[in-house]
Amino acid sequence: MIDGLCKLTAHELHDLIRTKQVTAREVTESVLSRVDEVEGRVKSYVTVTRELALAQADAADAKIAAGEEIAPLTGIPFAIKDNMSTRGILTTCSSKILQNYKPIYDATVVERLADVNSVIIGKTNLDEFAMGSSTENSAFFTTRNPWNIETVPGGSSGGSSAAIAADEAIIGIGSDTGGSIRQPAAFCGVVGMKPTYGRVSRYGLIAFASSLDQIGPITKDVTDCALAMNVICGHDACDSTSLDVPVPDFTKSLVPDIKGLKIGAPKEFFAQGVDAEVSEAAIKAIEVLKELGADYKETSMPTVEYGLPTYYIIAPAEASSNLARYDGVRFGLRSDNSPDPITMFQKTREEGFGAEVKQRIMIGTYALSAGYYDAYYLKAQKVRTLIRQSFEELFEEFDVLVAPTTPTVAFGVGERVDDPFKMKLTDILTIPANMAGIPAISVPCGFHNGLPIGLQIIGKSLDEETILRVAYAFEQATDFHRRKADL
Amino acid sequence: MKLTREEVTRIAFLARLELSDQEADKLGGHLNRLLESIETLREVDTENVEPTSHTIPVYNVLRKDVSRPSLPPEDVLANAPESDDNTFVVPRIVET
Repeated sequence: MIDGLCKLTAHELHDLIRTKQVTAREVTESVLSRVDEVEGRVKSYVTVTRELALAQADAADAKIAAGEEIAPLTGIPFAIKDNMSTRGILTTCSSKILQNYKPIYDATVVERLADVNSVIIGKTNLDEFAMGSSTENSAFFTTRNPWNIETVPGGSSGGSSAAIAADEAIIGIGSDTGGSIRQPAAFCGVVGMKPTYGRVSRYGLIAFASSLDQIGPITKDVTDCALAMNVICGHDACDSTSLDVPVPDFTKSLVPDIKGLKIGAPKEFFAQGVDAEVSEAAIKAIEVLKELGADYKETSMPTVEYGLPTYYIIAPAEASSNLARYDGVRFGLRSDNSPDPITMFQKTREEGFGAEVKQRIMIGTYALSAGYYDAYYLKAQKVRTLIRQSFEELFEEFDVLVAPTTPTVAFGVGERVDDPFKMKLTDILTIPANMAGIPAISVPCGFHNGLPIGLQIIGKSLDEETILRVAYAFEQATDFHRRKADL
Repeated sequence: MKLTREEVTRIAFLARLELSDQEADKLGGHLNRLLESIETLREVDTENVEPTSHTIPVYNVLRKDVSRPSLPPEDVLANAPESDDNTFVVPRIVET
């Protein structure tokens, strides 16, 4: 029984914990055993926090024994992407420049998880500084996709997604700037949600692109997603872009009724180099939604094609600014033997940053430099407005939009590494939602050659509830979420 | 808009990156490819369009003018590569 605990969802475990059929410690031990069993092949974690996890589980058990009221996520083991600050625990962003960095504070999201006495199993691998789509840009190692370990888990939240697919944690926390939660969730056959920009505090999230970054949950099913959203969402005074709006109880959206709901599928999302099998799976998913009573109509969003070029100006521009702090002065790697500070900055950054990070810093610096700012950055921001307006127009007619999450299933390790441009095309369908700051989810909707396919559901700003309702209805009418990788 | 080697070097200096010749060449190639795709934006009509710098309404957030404990120096210096007497030590900046 203990062995199987790691394979359950948070809500199933909560029922067992609440009724004292299992202890929080047993749940954590089951997950840690699973990590021992498969981590050698999957490599989700940069750091496994074994002692801390057991101590946290014991603390949760103490509360339960004392008869205190417990939360749905009390005692539940989490995998946290290694770009979120955890006090005293290595936080590397999978970069050499932070390979020895231990934050002196916890990210707000980490604090919120601690407030409900959940458990941290460890910090997961990512593409360096969240820049990438396969986790191959990690300076340390490449995480593998549990469905086929010769393939990538996606990125940049590859470690968190693989961990959930492999039962190496019950809930994962990732971050999404251009698709970095949804895309790996799709590749790994799990649920991944990017909330509305501003729903989840970014305090303690090591910044990549400040107007795009958003933290979100990666889970085994939609119910767990709603439970996680309840904990992580909320205004935070420490994040000036945090929205001061009420957080609904997202579990109230878990009602499989979508009769009359207006669903649109912009045809451009099915064209952008999308593989036939992926399109087919999404189309079949739409049939399910229609059978459930939704009102479906094909539609069009011509600005989709501007997503990628706009993103590849705005995100690197913001990154070039955010990554300027890595200079070897106050924390992180410092290159030895520099005769002067400028040389120290140059050598430190040269040694500490990987190729993809340097590339993006360069593009961003260029786009913001004198003489080019108007042609590139300002222009991109204006096109961003057009993308936002396209969505606003569509949402006057539709309640949600659906599309595939990614153009293909997981590709082979090493397959796209030498073609950074082709690598970037993986995000073509996820980027638009980040551009507009609107919420979106990926749920499993099929398989091709044994590799998972994700269905993306995009909603209006602050309307995660409708997205969750559609996702839940779809999930309950299918059984993709019950299939497990054969590790 | 193809980047020359000189421009790559100039941008690298602005970004405080010391690139090897090989890196500069490779990077230059990748950058040019990215810039090509970005060129498609030139055709987009943005005549009367306002730029989006924030997707949510933002306004200046202030906190109450109440003093709070600052970070203890040990915490501030906890990750310092080199420190001395509550300061961060760096290579000499000013020539004496």
